[in-house]
Amino acid sequence: MGSLGSGHAAQFHVLAVDDSILERKLIERLLKISSFQVTAVDSGIKALQFLGLQDSTYQFHQEVEVNLIITDYCMPGMTGFDLLRKIKESTSLKDIPVVIMSSENVPSRINRCLEEGAEEFILKPVQLSDVNKLKPHLLRKRAEEQLSMSNKRKTMKECNSEELTNS
Amino acid sequence: RHRSRREQAQIMEVGQLQRKFVDYTASLFCEGFLDAQFTQLQQLQDESNPDFVVEVVSLFFEDTEKLLNDLTRALDQQIVDFKKVDAHVHQLKGSSSSIGAQRVRNACIAFRNFCEEQNTDACSKCLQQVKQEYSLAKNKLDTLFRLEQQIAEAGGAVPM
Repeated sequence: MGSLGSGHAAQFHVLAVDDSILERKLIERLLKISSFQVTAVDSGIKALQFLGLQDSTYQFHQEVEVNLIITDYCMPGMTGFDLLRKIKESTSLKDIPVVIMSSENVPSRINRCLEEGAEEFILKPVQLSDVNKLKPHLLRKRAEEQLSMSNKRKTMKECNSEELTNS
Repeated sequence: RHRSRREQAQIMEVGQLQRKFVDYTASLFCEGFLDAQFTQLQQLQDESNPDFVVEVVSLFFEDTEKLLNDLTRALDQQIVDFKKVDAHVHQLKGSSSSIGAQRVRNACIAFRNFCEEQNTDACSKCLQQVKQEYSLAKNKLDTLFRLEQQIAEAGGAVPM
């Protein structure tokens, strides 16, 4: 297998969205204890602002990379579903995995979210085991990205010289 | 090394308080005041976040007191907005569920059924029930936290 980039394990950055301060405190702790870097906001609008999206146009290049968005479904104003949709409609943000949380087990709601592109639907109260399920998604995604970058480099190397490094 | 009488007495006091704490916690679970979610909260507490449980529960108290006021006002209106009432109860159900306050949560579930029926009298009774359960839960949790404080003051560690 070829080298997979620099190999340093940068923390995954999660953007958590929930209008309840209690829920935000909980999800933040759950994520931090699982070694995620966390930014918590109290609305979908603030989430979009943080992601650099204002009025549905990408305003500026985000210096802070967000690897995952986890949002409550039931929020006043912009719901978690609305937020999911806006993210999936955005060319710059659509590849960020979105996870929906809800205290209500409504099959039609769950299906709607998954069909709109949500990665997972988590029933509240959120458990440590739920958060642990998120890491494999992110690690796999990162490995795929690094592999595709590494393959690009390999192809360029082949063009430049006859030598291939195997390990 | 040989312990002084004072140290021996202190160790005994800590032991007694710790036993009291363990027994009291067990009773809260046994009597259904707390459920597994509260245990989850305790597991999220450590040396880097030593007051996590107290902080979360304090947020719950603040949240709930506001919600109960809002509910009282909403049910007092000439024409009751049941959608609003339901929204408040939904929020309370969520937060009580998140901290493991089982009896409060269950009272909320019953409440929501009557909201759906738009039954003002039944809703008022449910509100009383929720207030009662909340009052009990608050009392129990305050007692629990006081015990923790006493153990810490006596120089012991809180058994988790």
